[in-house]
Amino acid sequence: MNAVAKKASWDEAYNFAYLDEQTKRMIRRALLKAVAIPGYQVPFGGREMPLAYGWGTGGMQVTASVIGPSDTLKVIDQGADDTTNAVSIRRFFKRVAGVATTEATEEASVIQTRHRIPEKPLKEGQVLVYQVPQPEPLRKLEPRETETRKMHGYAEYGLMHVRLYEDISRFGHIATTYSYPVMVNGRYVMSPSPIPKFDNPKMENNKAIQLFGAGREKRIYAIPPYTRVKSLDFDDHPFEVQRWPQACALCGARNSYLDEVVLDDKGGRMFVCSDTHFCADRQEKGHRGPMAADPAARAFARSSETSEQKEDDGR
Amino acid sequence: MSDGNPMLTAPDMEGLKPGFSEPVFEAQVAFRTVLNAMSYAGRVHALETKLDPPAPLDPAMAALALTLFDFDTPVWLDAAAADGGTPDFLRFHCGAPLVAALGEARFAVVADPSKMPPFDRFAIGEDRYPDRSATLLIQVPSLTGGPAMAWRGPGIDGATTVAIAGLPADFWAQWADNHALYPLGVDVVFAAGRALVGLPRGIQVEG
Repeated sequence: MNAVAKKASWDEAYNFAYLDEQTKRMIRRALLKAVAIPGYQVPFGGREMPLAYGWGTGGMQVTASVIGPSDTLKVIDQGADDTTNAVSIRRFFKRVAGVATTEATEEASVIQTRHRIPEKPLKEGQVLVYQVPQPEPLRKLEPRETETRKMHGYAEYGLMHVRLYEDISRFGHIATTYSYPVMVNGRYVMSPSPIPKFDNPKMENNKAIQLFGAGREKRIYAIPPYTRVKSLDFDDHPFEVQRWPQACALCGARNSYLDEVVLDDKGGRMFVCSDTHFCADRQEKGHRGPMAADPAARAFARSSETSEQKEDDGR
Repeated sequence: MSDGNPMLTAPDMEGLKPGFSEPVFEAQVAFRTVLNAMSYAGRVHALETKLDPPAPLDPAMAALALTLFDFDTPVWLDAAAADGGTPDFLRFHCGAPLVAALGEARFAVVADPSKMPPFDRFAIGEDRYPDRSATLLIQVPSLTGGPAMAWRGPGIDGATTVAIAGLPADFWAQWADNHALYPLGVDVVFAAGRALVGLPRGIQVEG
């Protein structure tokens, strides 16, 4: 691209960023109301996207309505930049919007995520777009939309506390580990999407704009920056996040969310950071975990070049 | 038109000002600016635009209109905005229906805030659908030259001082009533020149 071509170059068989302009306006208006009423689910006219429901159609519609040629996009799936869902969505926006992409959290202006919040704290002006399968935190307790609407309308959330209490009476502690419900700005109970509860505290007073898109359920919601987000709990059973006795096997981090990886059929396993960029970045800076030299473990380690490389080969 | 029937009056195409020269990209820039303004409430956000809109609209106000209005959004114009080339500009470029009933409007364009109607005449949303409320776009002479007020709420780290000029004397008393309706209520975007300040309903304002 030369200096004259200031605009994005994209596959012009499509409108910029795939969606037509009227659809973008409709989604943009929904986003503004969502930001004005933190945690409230705004209905929107979800469009069909060129991939199946459940693969991030809601997040993609939000990203398409927000993104511009000067943005840099990062896409993660369970923390990883190099898994199928992340790679295909990143390639989609490369093609239909011609935007720059990155794996570095700090370089991205828009981050679309499935089920994780990056370990590295976000900055002001960044936009975090969550893919949401089920936006209604009360749905498993009350299947009727007409009723859950009323429950939100009247802030009638006793049922959710009963659910958490039943966990305590059965297991002795709140056993919900992901999709752990939060109270936003003291008013709406909201599903954080199926992020691990480890990530819940990152939502509160985050400096970035958090937008949530549910494509099949056709709902958009948001948390503006610097907003109160409390995980529901009880005085005698306060909210706690997961802890691991291990450090990351590759980078040695003790403060990140770890995935368990089975290495062979003889019981070999390791715990590694789910956030691949965070882990690779630490390894580049010389941090080493207990299995960093193990060849079986190394097969899972990757530098930031690898998946971009794979992606270019795939085109 | 020669027969003088007002129903047949065509828009004044001669005097019609152009809209965005690159609608896709200029609308995206304007939207990101207003998204940031509503998210980081109370901060002045510069909006880059080359628009030369009809009087009395400022460029930022016109960019908001071209970005957010279409056939789905009934728009109410105050007397100052309804006078001159603005109605034709909005009808031609946005296709937005202009309505006289305040309660029907999704957006209100207020060019002269000193004579603006009370907030409670606009839609405030419903218990189950608080998003069905009006957004008031209010053009003011300055976003920094008015009386200093302390704003608190979602989008603001602690408290921030904002000094919107040109508002009627009872504006902030009305805003307190609007905020008390939370999560119902109207949302406001202030525009001046080429800049915006967002005031969503969750913000508490004290003198």
